[in-house]
Amino acid sequence: MTTTEYEPNIVLSTTEYDVVGTRPIRPDGADKVTGRALYGADVNPTGLIHGKILRSPHAHARIKSIDTSKAEAHPGVLAVVTAEDLPGTKLGGTVDYGEGKQDLAYLRGNVMAGDKVLYAGHAVAGVAAANPHVAEEALGLIEVEYELLPPVLKAPDSMGGGAPVLLEHLRTEELGERTDRAGNIATHFRHTLGDLEEGFKDADVVVEREFNTQTVHQGYIEPQNVTALWNNDGRLHIWTSSQGPFEVRGAVASALDIPVSQVKVTPMEIGGGFGGKFPLYHDPIAALLSKKSGHPVKIVMTRKEVFEGTGPTPGSNMKIKMGATSNGKITAAHAYLAFEAGAFPGSPVGAAAMCVFAPYDISNAVIDGYDVLVNKPKSAAYRAPGATQAAFAAETVVDELAGKLGIDPIEFRLMNAAKEGARRADGVVHPRIGLVETLVALRDHPHWKAPLEGPNRGRGVAVGYWVNGSGPSACTISVNADGTINLTEGSADIGGTRASVSMQAAEVLGIRAEDVRPTVTDTDNIGYTSGTGGSSVTFKTGRTAHDAAQNVKEQMIARAATIWEISPDTVELDKGVFHSRTDPELKMTFSELAEQLNDTGGPIMGRSAFSPTGVGAAYAGCIADVEVDPDTGKVDVLRFTIAQDAGKAIHPSYVEGQMQGGAVQGIGWGLNEEYFYNTAGELTNGSFLDYRMPTSLDLPMIDTVIVEVPNPGHPFGVRGVGEVNIVPPPPALANAIHAAVGVRMYQLPMNPAAVMEALRQQK
Amino acid sequence: MPSKTHVQTTINGEQVDFLCEPRQSLLECLRDIVGLTGSKEGCNDGNCGACTVMFDGRIVTSCLVLGVEAEGKEITTIEGIASPAGLHPIQQAFLEDAALQCGICTPGFIVAAKALLDQEPDPSEQRIRGWLANNLCRCTGYDKIVRAVQHAATSMQETRA
Repeated sequence: MTTTEYEPNIVLSTTEYDVVGTRPIRPDGADKVTGRALYGADVNPTGLIHGKILRSPHAHARIKSIDTSKAEAHPGVLAVVTAEDLPGTKLGGTVDYGEGKQDLAYLRGNVMAGDKVLYAGHAVAGVAAANPHVAEEALGLIEVEYELLPPVLKAPDSMGGGAPVLLEHLRTEELGERTDRAGNIATHFRHTLGDLEEGFKDADVVVEREFNTQTVHQGYIEPQNVTALWNNDGRLHIWTSSQGPFEVRGAVASALDIPVSQVKVTPMEIGGGFGGKFPLYHDPIAALLSKKSGHPVKIVMTRKEVFEGTGPTPGSNMKIKMGATSNGKITAAHAYLAFEAGAFPGSPVGAAAMCVFAPYDISNAVIDGYDVLVNKPKSAAYRAPGATQAAFAAETVVDELAGKLGIDPIEFRLMNAAKEGARRADGVVHPRIGLVETLVALRDHPHWKAPLEGPNRGRGVAVGYWVNGSGPSACTISVNADGTINLTEGSADIGGTRASVSMQAAEVLGIRAEDVRPTVTDTDNIGYTSGTGGSSVTFKTGRTAHDAAQNVKEQMIARAATIWEISPDTVELDKGVFHSRTDPELKMTFSELAEQLNDTGGPIMGRSAFSPTGVGAAYAGCIADVEVDPDTGKVDVLRFTIAQDAGKAIHPSYVEGQMQGGAVQGIGWGLNEEYFYNTAGELTNGSFLDYRMPTSLDLPMIDTVIVEVPNPGHPFGVRGVGEVNIVPPPPALANAIHAAVGVRMYQLPMNPAAVMEALRQQK
Repeated sequence: MPSKTHVQTTINGEQVDFLCEPRQSLLECLRDIVGLTGSKEGCNDGNCGACTVMFDGRIVTSCLVLGVEAEGKEITTIEGIASPAGLHPIQQAFLEDAALQCGICTPGFIVAAKALLDQEPDPSEQRIRGWLANNLCRCTGYDKIVRAVQHAATSMQETRA
């Protein structure tokens, strides 16, 4: 691989602050570089025993019988559970587990299979024993009799008549109406804007292509884990590394049919999630095993179980048709999006539909979305869920249109870029967004102008959109006598949000980032806080931290006024110093006042708890240089630059980190990663060796440009930064491959075999 | 249950005795018996590097070593990298350069990077990338990790000079 000169990372800052925008060391850093930080698998309560899960080897089968008697008799085994131990349920009640709602019957059905297994890896039974090896031995003693059924693995195969039906009771929801149609299509929806036919009549050039992408996994390094103690007082304590401790509490309570007040969830440090650590899997199994055995039970998935038994993000079949005039105006766009939900309804096709054409101001558009069952694990969110597949398709067609029209691909995108006031095809009107600024940042970057010489080399560009999210959040702050503060929040910190949340409180109070001690606490000790997803934490919990700090500030001002015996209206806090507007002699630093609190009326605590609105959507774009080996089809990334609108980067280093990490996940998705199933529906590459995520040796440095178009809905202008960066890399790589060797790639991954096949067809 | 074997070994400079079953990995012994949970399990088949430790002077993935093989060996885990005087320059560089996000892979990267810099004080970027290719990180895209190791190499050379 060629290593190029790197550009320094760029921050196009629009507003300067004292703390916001600086790069302090993260508060949890020392624990995480010394091995002291406690993750979910590190939990060790007294009396701990270990659980293991028996999983279906078959992709689709009816369970005729389960005999656990031999396992129960095995020395060292303390409890065995099956779906019979879960409360019975009928379809109808929904559970919000974070980044999606699911029918309670399906939730329980995915925790442990009842009458049918729907994918290889579907949990069937759980065993608890003195140690994990004994539990594993006992799994081999459980006798399950299966009646095999034919599996269906791809959306197009599953949608047709005659396909094996996964859920007998499922009826298709068609354009918002429940029908009486059985089958595997859970939902078909349509968004319509303008007049599609008229739009295509106005077009001088039309491009229509079909795309297929494969199932991929989030690939977090820490496997799912849970420790459950169903105590003698009836309370259930769950320790887990989840993105959403409160969603776990709610889902566990629903699955077990107990009140939420009987469940306490302690969020442990979490080793990556990317959307995949929202759904509920083995937590109710550990709870039931604990109830039966009287011990705390820990279950840690193996890597194979993570691949087979947790939610990857879905494969898709997509058709995109777009038309433009000869002077470069996109006039019409149609998207057909069929996403694999997996074994139960709920693929991210809805989000894909919001995002597919969101970079462009198009007057006439129709989007058809299908949520389709297949015999694969129930799909889960993965970083801007649905947007990456959709952008791969749409941005490839946009690039082809630009090429046919002879317009520079960045200029073509600028000519059609969505701006404030433009309407998305699903009806939403864009508020202030930063796509134009992001495209300009790419156009002006030295990378775009740098020469790229040599055979089989090419440069590609693409952009992506993500809606971002918010939700309920809560934060409390207490003031310490030395002028520092303790900040308590409920947002699981996956990638440095203790820092980005703390810094916003510090900015309000005029203290240093280092003067804030943040704690992520359990569900008993903070107000309901929705999970760490949708790039929401720095926005929503940053906002409640900001407001809690404002609350502290008001109380501190009142206290200073009491001490000075003046009106609080005349007291101000400026850069950490309280002073009187009327008497210049009256001054006190934040810490001088903090020291006096207990003697002047008592301690001060601030609080804020609400659901912040005013979310700012995010755009990212990237430039990729590749070299294609014409003999093997292997694609090397020579150089990569990503620009993203952060609104305001609270901690620029961690924003860059999100951009670089998301870009590399996009590169892995684009070039290599896929679930490889045999015809029986068995996953044949369920290990890190065979799934093969990018390593450090596969990559160049990832140059970044942080664009700052402040979000008017947040006091510092924050937009979520966690997700959109994964969206543009796959199409940018596809467009770069086209520039390098002249072939268009219509499938992911663009691995050596796929590229060779495209080159062969070209000849 | 199988009978247990007595193992006497040295971990982070101190003599440690433990009992383990022959089928237990060194990683399992470190985490579940000795109580050193800093080494992480990401795959249990040697492909992610989160359990990397020093084993008689070379780096190993401790999930692929049996506990009984530790008899008479010298082992350094992530818990043995910092000293009472402070963090190791690699740990400090990881913090200053934001070279971790979730942190689950960080112990393995730091142990592996220390092994490299102890024998090669000034490795090239490509050398660092090649050496660390045994360690998977899914959060950072490796950029800031590679830069932190370069940064640590510089500060370690300055300390020696």
